[in-house]
Amino acid sequence: MKFGVLRFPGTCDEVDAQLACERVAGAEILWHGDRDLKGVDAIVVPGGFSYGDYLRVGAIARFSPLMESVIDFAKQGGPVLGICNGFQILCEAGLLPGALLPNRTLRFVCRQVDLRVERADTIFTNACEPGELLSIPAKHTTGCWYAPKELHEQVEANGQVLLRYAEGGNFNGSLADVAGVMNEAGNVFGLMPHPEHAVDPLTGSTDGLKLFASIRDSIAAHV
Amino acid sequence: MRVLVRPKAGILDPQGQAVERALPALGFDGVSQVHVGRLIELEVADPAQLPAMCEKLLVNPLIEDYEIAPGEAAAGSDGADTPASR
Repeated sequence: MKFGVLRFPGTCDEVDAQLACERVAGAEILWHGDRDLKGVDAIVVPGGFSYGDYLRVGAIARFSPLMESVIDFAKQGGPVLGICNGFQILCEAGLLPGALLPNRTLRFVCRQVDLRVERADTIFTNACEPGELLSIPAKHTTGCWYAPKELHEQVEANGQVLLRYAEGGNFNGSLADVAGVMNEAGNVFGLMPHPEHAVDPLTGSTDGLKLFASIRDSIAAHV
Repeated sequence: MRVLVRPKAGILDPQGQAVERALPALGFDGVSQVHVGRLIELEVADPAQLPAMCEKLLVNPLIEDYEIAPGEAAAGSDGADTPASR
């Protein structure tokens, strides 16, 4: 099983994402100007500042040649995980509901946060327990998840919120403490915190590995 | 042409709030409803394409409203009498 990790100009977390994927499976970096997904089984859209985040976060990356292929891959049911800037790109691409606004404080925040697992029966969270707290670092300026009322109600009713900031931990102002949200079909997931930075005991937590292992296991189960 | 982009009404606008707090601190009273948006100036051969440009790239309609306005002819030209926008 192989992950494909996207690299845009301005991406900065693709190597950590690749290393995290390699702890559970194979991984390969895919370049934004290519269209070929090289037969990977799952896609990770990593964090950073794609295309300088000019105009709006994720707005320009969304139109890259590689993203066109990723959109097709996602529409055919391929698993796609977006982290931070990757989450923003997937929202801009219309693969995930809502949008990311500047943090309530307008400041860049970098801290370890606790995330409550809302559902553990998805391809992204099956290695977790429902209600479990995952300790994962977050580092962003534009991470306040927002959706208009009707869309938000729909997202909640469909059970698309997989991770929420634990009580008192919503530092960016996200609606309903949403930290990570899935598409309706259940094959695309995005979150602002960085599971790829929580994979080694040396840095304090290995909880992030559970998301990568979940994807691997659900793909293995389908082969 | 100019495209004026602003946060949709009711959306958290921390930039607007920060400016609204800063002005009275400098002695400017009576300031309210401050919103900070973005101005995009561009020359386009076919202005009829502008709404499509806005919907596809320049604006995220989920969180932003936009307004298309005629801009000044060119930077540095004598456009002193031209209103900046409608």
